[in-house]
Amino acid sequence: MTFNKIRSQAVSEWEALEHSDKPRILVGAATCGRAAGASGVLEAINSALAQHNLEAIITQVGCIGLCYAEPIVNIIKPGRPHIYYGNLTPELASELVEDYIINDNPRPDLALGTVGDDDIQDISKFFELPMLKPQVRVALRNCGLIDPENINHYIANGGYGGLVKALAMTSEEVIEEIKKSGLRGRGGAGFPTGVKWEFCRKSPGTVKYIICNADEGDPGAFMDRSLLEGDPHAVLEGMLIGAYAIGATEGYIYIRAEYPLAIQRLKVALQQIKKYGLLGDNILGSNFSFNMKIKEGAGAFVCGEETAMMASIEGKRGMPRSRPPFPAQSGLWGKPTNINNVETWGNVSAILQRSGDWYASYGTEKSKGTKTFALAGKINRTGLIEVPMGISLREIIYGIGGGIPDDKRFKAIQTGGPSGGCLPESLLDLPVDYESLTQAGSIMGSGGMIVMDEDTCMVDVARYFLSFTQAESCGKCVLCRLGTKQMLNILEDICRGKGKPESIDLLLELSEAVKVGSLCALGGTAPNPVLTTIRYFRDEYEAHIEEKRCPALACTELITYYILPDKCAGCGICLRDCPSEAISGGKRLVHIIDQSKCIKCGTCLDVCPAKFSAVVKVSGEQLEVPAEPVPVTASKATTEASD
Amino acid sequence: MEPEVKEQLDDILSHYSGESGDLIPILQEAQGRFRYLPSEVMLEIAKFLRIPEGTVFGVCTFYAQFKFTPMGKRIVKVCRGTACHVRGATRILDEIVRRLGIEPGDTTDDLEYSLETIACFGSCALAPVMVVDDNVYGRMTPSKVAQILGDTKVAVGKE
Repeated sequence: MTFNKIRSQAVSEWEALEHSDKPRILVGAATCGRAAGASGVLEAINSALAQHNLEAIITQVGCIGLCYAEPIVNIIKPGRPHIYYGNLTPELASELVEDYIINDNPRPDLALGTVGDDDIQDISKFFELPMLKPQVRVALRNCGLIDPENINHYIANGGYGGLVKALAMTSEEVIEEIKKSGLRGRGGAGFPTGVKWEFCRKSPGTVKYIICNADEGDPGAFMDRSLLEGDPHAVLEGMLIGAYAIGATEGYIYIRAEYPLAIQRLKVALQQIKKYGLLGDNILGSNFSFNMKIKEGAGAFVCGEETAMMASIEGKRGMPRSRPPFPAQSGLWGKPTNINNVETWGNVSAILQRSGDWYASYGTEKSKGTKTFALAGKINRTGLIEVPMGISLREIIYGIGGGIPDDKRFKAIQTGGPSGGCLPESLLDLPVDYESLTQAGSIMGSGGMIVMDEDTCMVDVARYFLSFTQAESCGKCVLCRLGTKQMLNILEDICRGKGKPESIDLLLELSEAVKVGSLCALGGTAPNPVLTTIRYFRDEYEAHIEEKRCPALACTELITYYILPDKCAGCGICLRDCPSEAISGGKRLVHIIDQSKCIKCGTCLDVCPAKFSAVVKVSGEQLEVPAEPVPVTASKATTEASD
Repeated sequence: MEPEVKEQLDDILSHYSGESGDLIPILQEAQGRFRYLPSEVMLEIAKFLRIPEGTVFGVCTFYAQFKFTPMGKRIVKVCRGTACHVRGATRILDEIVRRLGIEPGDTTDDLEYSLETIACFGSCALAPVMVVDDNVYGRMTPSKVAQILGDTKVAVGKE
C-alpha cells in the first residue's frame, strides 16, 4: 500500500470520528492521570452510559499537561465545541453523563474550557487559559488529543509526512534542514543536533546505529514519559528521519523499566509501523532499510550518559568511558552511533513536517524552538508545559504556574535536576535558554522545574541532590565516588547543626575537585546544586553553622515542636495521633510534648484544628511551656464546648 | 537446581540466541519469573552465554533492579523525587520505616513487605506519593501512612 493510500484512509477514519453522530469522550489516561484516578472516572462513565443505554466513543488519550486538574475528561457532543472538565471524581463523571450528554447542561462549574468556534456561556476558551496561552506545543503537539495506540490518528494529523518528505530529499539535505532549525539536544547538554548527525554520517563504516535515550532519570522530570505515552509515533518518526539522514541501519530505544505504560505504547507503535511498511526493508518502497528494538534499563541513573548507555545495551555494567573516541566515531559495538533524547526526536518529526525555518522562528538567537518542562513543587498549577525558548522564569512560575500556593513566599526554582542548580528570586527575569541558565550556575537539563517556597531549606535541598548523585555514582572515578561522599557527609553535618566554620570553604574546594576529576557529566555537574545554593543562599548555610538554626524550619534535628499552653484546648487529637506517644495530657488538660520522645514527624502540627493552632515549630529558640499537663483556661473550654 | 526452576529458566533461555547483549534482558525476565535472582540461576545464565560467572554477578550488582533475596508479598515504594522531597517525602518514608521496621531495600522477615524508594514516579502533581503494589496514594501525610498500611495488613491477614 502506498503512503498516499494509507494517509487517505487515516484521514477518512479521523474525519468520520470528528463528524460522528455519537458523543465522544476523551479520558486523559497517562500514568499520572491514572494515579489521580482516571480509571475510576472511566469506569463511572462507562456504567453511567450503560445505565442510560447510551452509545459514545471513548478514547484514552495521553497527558494534556494540566496535571493539577487531573483527572481530565474532554466531552465532544456532535456539532458542539469540545468541553474539557477537570478534577473529576467518579461521582462527578456520572453526573456529567446525565447533565451534559443527556440533558444538555454543560455544567460550567466543572468545566476548564472549550475548544472550537462556538462559545458556551460561562466557559472560557481552553487554549486561552493562563496555563495554556503562553505555550507553543511542538513536541507535545498531539499529546492528549489523539489516541496514542491508533497510528491512523497520528497520520491523519500530519504524521509520517515528515518521513515521506525526508525520503524525497538527500541525507545531506535532511541534515541541512535540521541545522537550519537550530535544534539542540533536549536531554540537557544542548549540542546542535544537525552537527551531531553530520559527524556520524561522515564517519566511515557501513553499519551505524542510532539510539533514543528514554532513560529519563532526573527526579522531578516526566516530560519524556508523557511524550512517549501520549504520542509515541512522533518519536519513532523522528528516529526514522534521523536514521535515514545518518545512514543507520539499526536503532535502539533505551527506556527505563519504571515506565511500563510508555514501553507498552512503544511496542504497539512499532508493530503498527512494521505493518504499514514504515519499518523494515525498503521503507515506503525506497532503498532505506531500518529496524528498531526496545531495551529496558535496569535501574541505574548513570545509564543516561551516552557511553554508559551503550555499555548497558551491550550487556555490561553501565559505566561511562572517556571520550574521544566519540560515539559518532566508535559507539555501540565499536560502530558509529548517534544518541538523541526523546524530545529531540519528537521535534525532528515536527521540523520535517513543517520546516527548519518555521521551527527557528521560535526561541532566541542561540536557543531555537521550544522546550518542554515538568513544572512541580510548591506551585499552584503543576503540569507538563512546552514554551518557546527565551521565556522568563517569572512568566513560567507566575503566568503559567499561577504562583505559589497558600500565600507563601517564593524562594527558589530548581532546574536541571541533580546536575542543575537553584535560582533565587533576583533571577526570575532570566530568559530560559541554554546560555543564560548555565551562566547563572544551573543548566537547562532535561526539563524538570521544581518551585521551592519559604518552607524549603536550601541546605537540605543541596544535601538531597548530593545523596542522589552519591548513590548513583558508578564508582569509576575516585573524585565522583569519594568526593561526593565527603560532600554529602559535610552537608549532613550542617543539616544536623554540626557544621564547622570552615565547612563552606571545604565544600567549595571539593566541588571544584569533583567537577574536574570526573569523567562524565554525572560527577562533572554533581556539585551544581551545592555551588548554586552557596552562591545564592549562603546566609542559610551560615544560620545552620553559626546559630544551629534552620531558617526554613525543615531540618528535623534543628527544630522543636511545642504546644502553646494558652492556645491548647485539650482536645486530645494530637495526643491520639502522635506516632511516638510523646504527648501527654488529657481531656481539658493542656497537652505537653516530651522532647526526648518526639521524632519531629510534624503530625501534631498537621492535625491540630485550625481554630486552636496550638502547635508551633521553632528553630534556634526555646519556648517556656509547663512541664506537666495543666488545666486549660476556661475561655477556650467554652469555645470548644460551643462548637 | 530444582527441576521446576530449571524448567522455567530453560523456557526463558529458549527465546535467546546467546549474544552478549542478551544478558540484561535474560536477567530481567528471570527476576520477573522468580521475583529475585537465585545464585544457581545466575550460574546457569553464565553457562548459557559462555561468559564468566563473575561478569554476570558484576552486572547483577550494578543495576538496582536485580535482587538477591526474595521480595515480600507487598511492595511499598516511596517516591523520592524532588517535588515529593520538598513536599515532605522524608516524613512519609520515616513513618513507613518506623512502622515496618525495615530500611529501604529490605524485606520483612515474614516476607510480607518489601520497602523501596524510587527516584521519581512522575506523579509530581500528587506529591508526596507512595505506591503499594499498583495502588498509588497521593498527597500523603504521616497519619495517612498509618491508615494505608493498617488497611494493607488487614488484607494480608485475610489471604
